[in-house]
Order: sequence, then structure tokens, then C-alpha cells
Amino acid sequence: MSAANIPNFDEMMNADGTVRPAYSDFCNWYEAQDRLWLKRQDAEAERFFRRVGITFNVYGNSDAEERLIPFDMIPRIITAPEWRKLTKGIEQRVRALNAFLQDLYHRQEIIKSGRVPIHALKDNDAFLSQMIGFTPPGGVYTHIVGIDLVRTGPDDFMVLEDNARTPSGVSYMLENRQTMMAMFPELFTKVPVRPVSDYPRRLARSLRACAPPAYSGDNGERPVVAVLTPGIYNSAYFEHAYLADQMGAELVEGSDLRVIDGRVAMRTTTGYKAIDVLYRRVDDDYLDPLTFNPASALGVAGIMDVYRSGGITIANAPGTGIADDKAIYSYMPEIVEFYTGEKPILQNVPTWRCSEPDSLAYVLDNLEDIVVKEVHGSGGYGMLIGPTASRKEIAAFREKLKANPRNYIAQPTLSLSTVPIFTKAGLAPRHVDLRPFVLVSPDKIDITPGGLTRVALKKGSLVVNSSQGGGTKDSWVLDE
Amino acid sequence: MLGRAANGVYWMARYLERAENTARLIDVGFHMALTRGNKDSQEEEWRSVLVTTGQDEGYLEKYSGFEASQVFNYILRDKDNPGSVMQMIENARTNARVVRTSITNEVWEATNEAWMILRDLLARPVKESSLGAVLSEIRKQAMLVRGAVDGSMLRNEVFNFARIGTFVERADNTARILDVKYYVLLPSVAWVGSNLDNVQWDMLLRSVAGDRAYSWLNAGSMDPRGIASFLILDGRFPRSLVFSYDKIRSNMAGLAKQYGHETQAHELVRDMGARLHALSVEEIFETGLHEFLQEFISATIRLGSAIAADYRFID
Repeated sequence: MSAANIPNFDEMMNADGTVRPAYSDFCNWYEAQDRLWLKRQDAEAERFFRRVGITFNVYGNSDAEERLIPFDMIPRIITAPEWRKLTKGIEQRVRALNAFLQDLYHRQEIIKSGRVPIHALKDNDAFLSQMIGFTPPGGVYTHIVGIDLVRTGPDDFMVLEDNARTPSGVSYMLENRQTMMAMFPELFTKVPVRPVSDYPRRLARSLRACAPPAYSGDNGERPVVAVLTPGIYNSAYFEHAYLADQMGAELVEGSDLRVIDGRVAMRTTTGYKAIDVLYRRVDDDYLDPLTFNPASALGVAGIMDVYRSGGITIANAPGTGIADDKAIYSYMPEIVEFYTGEKPILQNVPTWRCSEPDSLAYVLDNLEDIVVKEVHGSGGYGMLIGPTASRKEIAAFREKLKANPRNYIAQPTLSLSTVPIFTKAGLAPRHVDLRPFVLVSPDKIDITPGGLTRVALKKGSLVVNSSQGGGTKDSWVLDE
Repeated sequence: MLGRAANGVYWMARYLERAENTARLIDVGFHMALTRGNKDSQEEEWRSVLVTTGQDEGYLEKYSGFEASQVFNYILRDKDNPGSVMQMIENARTNARVVRTSITNEVWEATNEAWMILRDLLARPVKESSLGAVLSEIRKQAMLVRGAVDGSMLRNEVFNFARIGTFVERADNTARILDVKYYVLLPSVAWVGSNLDNVQWDMLLRSVAGDRAYSWLNAGSMDPRGIASFLILDGRFPRSLVFSYDKIRSNMAGLAKQYGHETQAHELVRDMGARLHALSVEEIFETGLHEFLQEFISATIRLGSAIAADYRFID
């Protein structure tokens, strides 16, 4: 059975061709618009993005052409009751993720209880021994989380992936909304859409609430926040700059920073100035050449010592990657229950761990029908989508899988929901996912009503990653 | 403000100014060559444009002869030329990207749009028939960015560093143009002070967009001494050396005010500014114009290094 043959849930249209209530206001507006004008607006949107410079660089493309993530102007709409349920589930999951990290780096009760096997930690690069026994300021590990959700039916949202390291894409959530409001202002008077534009303010507030012990607060000065970027050639540089700008924080690179008097300080035109909270967008491995990768020029030599002595808050904390590892993912239902004492509100996608012989045998027998992912992979790289892969690709993948089964997990091919995109020939359904963004501070879990909807632009395709030709949509959460 | 960001804003402005001035030089080279009848003196004209931009050595490594379209394409868009106009625009944009959080959206968008437009215009070799349009687009784009800086940026350190970049580059460029062109044009030092009815002098003024202003101020009489005085000492002319230094000085004063103290660079600016205001054109010719300009160019380079060091542009 191929993905295209599975009847899927369309979020706009009922099976009989009528419009679902969530989309009725939008569709009334849409039907009344002139098609030619819409086409012009569609082209205009692309020009706007190019001029503003919302581009990303594609890894492995040496020409380093700055590419645009295609934007589709049909919004993805979520009703108030749907969102209420989602936020409950997300909040529960994010609490569990933080409790899990605290436990893993301290007493490891969950391992002792036998719910998560020790081999999931051992030999896992994402688990950092440097974090053992250390509690980050305020006890917060994952200050910013992105939870990737997919939908398969009216009430069936599932978590596809947790992003607990440095989730990206939030600038698209913000710019997509700005673009929609610039192109179709009157639409927002007809449909009650909850705003997302205060995300940077919320982010700044949330980060400042996690100031380290060394922050004194003398003279009523607020904690100094800075965003650490690998630089302009990083694929998400636009987002780093955008967030720093919107938060009123400095955008720093490793070369701006050094350790002075037990603090991490940035080189300003008038001397070095201490940073309290560093929102870092470089990976753990590059953070500190003295502790991790010695060849890294992207981080700060000695920052881990400063961190452990309470001189700075690093967001997200180093070592959070262990919680969003795909090998850990399959244990998330147990993890949520273990720390919250509740049943998970959001379901996992059923997952076979290829490290287990029975599962591996099943996966090998059913490669044509399922999706296989690398445990440490991301961005849609290194995965096999059985139903759309060629015989040759499947054969090649089978060998890789047999050679190193621990490196893989497998999931059934889901019948992902669709939302129409705007094409020259009219509306056409395409598969989508949703990444809401969650901010964690000691006193609050703050979920912005909306998120990033990624959409596969190719007909029938299930891969929504921007690096694989996916696009984005504005995501609307309707007001109560 | 980060030292690296100050560096980025400063160089963004310098590269844009340099791109614009280079376009003006090509424009003049083109017009001068047209006014020269024979091929040799036309080629001599193009050689002189390369010398003024400091690109003659690089050019001769790759080409021989000074055929017009070969020269202006080298200066405009040759990938082997690190000083090409396209490379300047690229550098300006790269710096703007680095400092995106320090500049306004208007400045970023103007810079990015300049880069997009010129990248398309310079994607293929430029023909002689379209050279004028290309050069005018380069000038226009640089002016749009300057206008965006002027019209949208807070008058704070970021603005000061951008303006200092613009005028350090302009002071340097005007001095170089004057130095090279004066030599080429003046048959003998004894001619200084005599009236020359020469379209070439007009072209020199045109290369710094000062032809109309000069004629208006001097009732059309072309006098080498007057021209030198105009380009060096006339505080009303926005591309003169003294005007550029006045602007550098006022923006340096802005930095001192914001930061609460002066630096070594302030002393250098004051010294040169005071010198320019006290000088007469006679004194300049007594020292020798060439010597004066060479000294001026090195002093401006020293100033640039002092600013970079005082404000921690690099570690």
C-alpha cells in the first residue's frame, strides 16, 4: 500500500466536499477574491521575502545559494478547543522532558526502575558526562522547545519528534504572520486569529527569568541576554539575527566572547561586558573547545567552567539532546507517566526499536510499507520512506540496517492530514505537520498560540523538511 | 555595541562609498576616452583609471592592453578582481548581514536590494552601449542606501560608525583621484595658475560630481589651482577633503559624547582637521601637491587603524 492510497484527513474539507467549520470564515473570504489578484499577491509574497532576506543556506550545497523557504498563503487553522487540548498535552510533555533530564543527570531513578534501559544512555553522544550532578539555574534544562506534531484524524494529534536542543523555525512563524497581515489585512477582521507577534517579548522575559547566581541585579539592571550564532553562513542565521533584534539582545559570535573574572563577557566598543543569559544557537559539541570539540572556533573557551560555577545561564542547557534523541523518543509514554503520574495526553507515533531483534525482524520484512529513521539524524536526511522508495533504495537501506540496527528506529507510514496549498490550478491538498514553540522558565511554561506549519509541496510527499523542498504556512489558532 | 558590529557598520559604509566612487571613475574614463581621438591615448586613459583604483597590477597579471570593455568589465565584475564593484557590493552586503541587528530594516533592505539588482545587472559582461545605464544604477543604489541610513537610523553610535566609514573612504578616494589625475593632466608644474581651457579638467571634477558646483563658483574658468583648492579646502563641497574631515570629526564627537571619553583617534582627526582649515592652496603647492596628498592618504589610513583599535573592531 502506498501513501497516496491511504485516505487521509483533510483539515479544510469534509469527505463530501463541504468546508469544515474551522475554515468556513476563511473560505467565505477566499471565494470572494479575484483569482488573478491572488496570483499576483502570491508572486508578491516571494519578492517580499527575498527583499527582507528571509533565506536559508542549504547544507551540502557548495554554491551556498541563499534559498527561500516557499511560503504558501493558505493558512493552517486550528480551533480553540483543539488548541486547548494540544497545550495541555504539550505542557505535560515538556514538564516530563525537564524532569527526565534532571533525573538522568542526577539519581537516574528512571533507569533504576527499569523503564528506560541503560543502553539508551551508554554510548550516546548526546548524554554529556560534564552535566552529571549539575543543576542549571532555576532547574530549567530546555528553555525553548519545539514539539513536532502530526495529525491523522479529527482528534488524533501525535508527537512525531521532540526538539529539546535548539529548535529553529520560530522566525518563520512570525514572518509568515506579518506577511499574511501585510497581504490580506481585511482577512484578520473577518477571522478571530490569536496573535503570535509577542513571541520575542515572551522569549526575552522567559530567558531573563533564568538568570544565573552571578547576576546581582544591582542598580535595577535587567539580566543581560545575548544570542550566540555560528555566523552568517549558518543556515538559520536569519533567525538568530531576527530574534536578537526583536528581543533587543546582542547577537554575538564566539570571537566576541571571552572569559574574564569568572564571567563570559562580550567585546563592546567600550570594553568587555558580562553576559547573564546566553541563548546559544551552536551545538553542544562546539560550545567550549576546552571541554568538547577542541577544534571549534564557534564557542567560548572556558564557558563550561563559568557555567558550572554559576556565572552564566546557557539556554538550552548542554546535554538536553539526550531527551530528544530518537532512541529515547520511543520511551516517551513511559517517561511522561513516570514523572507526571498521568497518562500521556498526546500520543507517540508507534515506534519499533531496531536494536530489539523481534522489531528488527518485523522491520526488515516490511521495509516497503514503513518509514525508517536514523536515531541521530535530523532534517529529513538519512531516512527511508518505504512506500515511495525504489527497489534499489530499499535494498541498499536493508544492508545499512542489518549492519547497524541500533542506529535506526522505524514507524508505520502515517496517513498525515492535509491542508490545501494555493497553486496556479487552484487549491490542492498537501501533507502538513505543526511545530508549536514552548518557553520554559522556573515559574511558567508558555506556549505561543500557533507555531510553524510545514507543508510538503510535492503531491503525495510526506517529507515536510525545508531542506527537502518543503514549504511553510501561517498557522492560525482561533480565539475562543 | 559590539566591536565586531561597529566594524561591520563601518565597512558596510566604506565599501558602498568605494563602489560608488569607482563607478564615477569608470564613467569619467569612458567620457575621456571618447574625447580622445587615437587609440593609444584612449588606452592611456583606461590605464589611468586602473592606476587610480589601484587595480593596475592585478589587471596586468591577467590581461595585456587596455581595451575599453576589457578594462571596465575587469573593474566592474571580474571574479579575479578583489576590488571589483560587484565585490564591493557583495562585501557591503555581507557586512550588513553581520550587523543586521544594529541597522534598521530600511538600511538592510536597501543594501540587500542593491546587491540583488547589481548582481543581475553584472551577471554577464557589460556592453559599451549599456555601460552608462549600469554606472548610473550603481550610483543610484549607493545613494539609496545612504538615504536609508540618513532617514531611518537613530543618531547613536551605530549611525556615527556608518558615517565615519563613509567619510574616511570618501576622503581617501577624493585624494587619490586628485593625485593621479592631476599628474596626468598637468603638462608641467609651471602651468599651475594658468588658465586651461580643457574638457579634461571638467572630467576630473565630474569624477567627484563637482563639475557643476565648481563652474558655478568660478564662473566657468578652469584653473588647476582653483580646482585643487575646491577639492581640498572648500568646506561647502561634500566630497572635498576638508568636508569629509569635518564630518568625521562631528561623528567622532558623537562617539565621545555617548561613551564619555575621547580616544587617540580623536586627536588624529583634530590634528588633520585643524591643518586643513589653516592651510592655503599656496602652501599646498609649496610643499608639492603630490607630497601633500600622499601624506594626507597615509594620515587617513592611520586614522582608520586608530579607530579600529580604539573601538575594539577586532580582538
